[in-house]
Amino acid sequence: MYTQAMDIAAAKGEKPGKPTRLENPEYQAQFDDKVDRGDFIEAKDWMPEAYRRTLVRQISQHAHSEIVGMLPEGNWITRAPSLKRKSILLAKVQDEGGHGLYLYAAAETLGVSRDELVEALHSGKAKYSSIFNYPTLTWADIGVIGWLVDGAAIMNQIPLCRCSYGPYARAMLRICKEESFHQRQGYDLLLTMMQGTPAQRDMVQDAVNRWWWPSLMMFGPHDAQSQNSADSMRWGIKRISNDELRQKFVDATVPQAQVLGVGLPDPHLKWNEQRGHWDFGAIDWDEFWNVVAGHGPCNRERLQARVSAWEEGAWVREAALAHADKRAARARAA
Amino acid sequence: MAETREPRLEYVLRLGDSALVLGQRLSEWCGHAPVLEEELALANTALDLLGQARLLLTRAGQMEGAGRDEDALAFLRDPQAFRNVTLVELPNGDFARTVLRNLLFCAFQEQLWAGLRASSDAELAAIAAKSAKETRYHVEHAADWCVRLGDGTDESHQRMQEALDTLWPYTAELFTADAVDEAAAATGFGPAWASLEAGWQKLVRPVLEEATLAVPAPTAFRSTGKGGVHSEHLGHLLALMQTLPRSHPGARW
Repeated sequence: MYTQAMDIAAAKGEKPGKPTRLENPEYQAQFDDKVDRGDFIEAKDWMPEAYRRTLVRQISQHAHSEIVGMLPEGNWITRAPSLKRKSILLAKVQDEGGHGLYLYAAAETLGVSRDELVEALHSGKAKYSSIFNYPTLTWADIGVIGWLVDGAAIMNQIPLCRCSYGPYARAMLRICKEESFHQRQGYDLLLTMMQGTPAQRDMVQDAVNRWWWPSLMMFGPHDAQSQNSADSMRWGIKRISNDELRQKFVDATVPQAQVLGVGLPDPHLKWNEQRGHWDFGAIDWDEFWNVVAGHGPCNRERLQARVSAWEEGAWVREAALAHADKRAARARAA
Repeated sequence: MAETREPRLEYVLRLGDSALVLGQRLSEWCGHAPVLEEELALANTALDLLGQARLLLTRAGQMEGAGRDEDALAFLRDPQAFRNVTLVELPNGDFARTVLRNLLFCAFQEQLWAGLRASSDAELAAIAAKSAKETRYHVEHAADWCVRLGDGTDESHQRMQEALDTLWPYTAELFTADAVDEAAAATGFGPAWASLEAGWQKLVRPVLEEATLAVPAPTAFRSTGKGGVHSEHLGHLLALMQTLPRSHPGARW
């Protein structure tokens, strides 16, 4: 999930956000009522500090994930194998930048600035989704990211369209529409490759083998280990548990893999008639925590790429401000 | 040895290859722009150029009549067969060089599209009409940045001046007349590029002036990309771009 930080902070021993003491019992009661009724909390409304902090953390992590997520896919824009695929990929990556932009804007309604948030990303204080710390090694990775990674993201994000914070919920509505489109494009790319040469089919299978487990990890730790979830559930920020969402994803994805004609790299994957769900094997949580802790294949590169883009662009931003000042001074003088 | 073709086909390839190569260059910025809004703007420009390239190369394939589609032309030709102007294949350099090149080339495209709306080739006229709207925005966006950076800080001014000193000599190629140009103009297929210089200067000079930049004096240097003799950079750009279709002959993607 693009919002895995919510769970991670808790699992790392950070105190889960508890609602602050009732500074104003009347406001708190109104807030609780609204959340219970399923109404939106808006930027101008009173909200508990812990609710605000949780949202800032979650929305900004989501925004950072969109921005860092441009890198693994951007890696293939210059090598896309047809002009149509190049256009699709470029447009997709551009959409992600756009998602980042309106998510930062949604976070700003909570009283933080985009600069502060970006600074937190660059210093390593803020997290982004660990999935983007894996490398894109072949063109098939682009299709698999669309199918599995965007698929998992959608599964996570659809409930967020009903989350209690209005600006976030509205941003998610638009994002989800675009994400579904990306997922279909990814699947279409893979279908085409699977109907192609043996080398193309091998490429797809190899990519699925590498991305399957990290995609399942995107839903975050098991519910029992996800302490922040309780608050978020109560506040209507989170609606469905990590494990439920993960199961939903597996159930939806297995038949798609069958249509595609690829295997999923899990010997324990088996239909369970009794449960009415697919059973699947144990997730390697050591790998997950290692990547979260910064030891994934691309953590360092991804962050460095963002930091150097920012630093190398400093003169541009300074110049834009200097020019705006000059203009203003000239207007005053005139 | 450069391939020689029917002049009208050459003319369309010049347009299509230039749009393709600049689109490819701009897409290299993805994930590395100085600010998120510019990330989107550069990707948007790249996407528009790529769209123009697809239409133009498709048209070129039809005119050639050898069964080559946009992808066969983009991915299976060697650098010598490309007809883009050299300006667009040069490496991006910094953001100053990138926005300045966009200004110089897109302002040229703006003149071209205007001239092509009266083309005897209805298809080409339609492509020009559609592209003109996109290009107008590209020019505006690039011009805004050129002014901001040229008249910004000392550093940004210096970077812009360096960019102009580097790129300006390559603009001469845009307006160098040759047989392809003359044939296109004579048949009403498209304007002779040489005839577009005055309009281009009228568009570009005031921007550079507002950006407080000094236009370099003309020199004898002439780049020759549109004739098929390129800089060293195009081979690298194409090696990267063409790698998959070349490694998997006949595969569909």
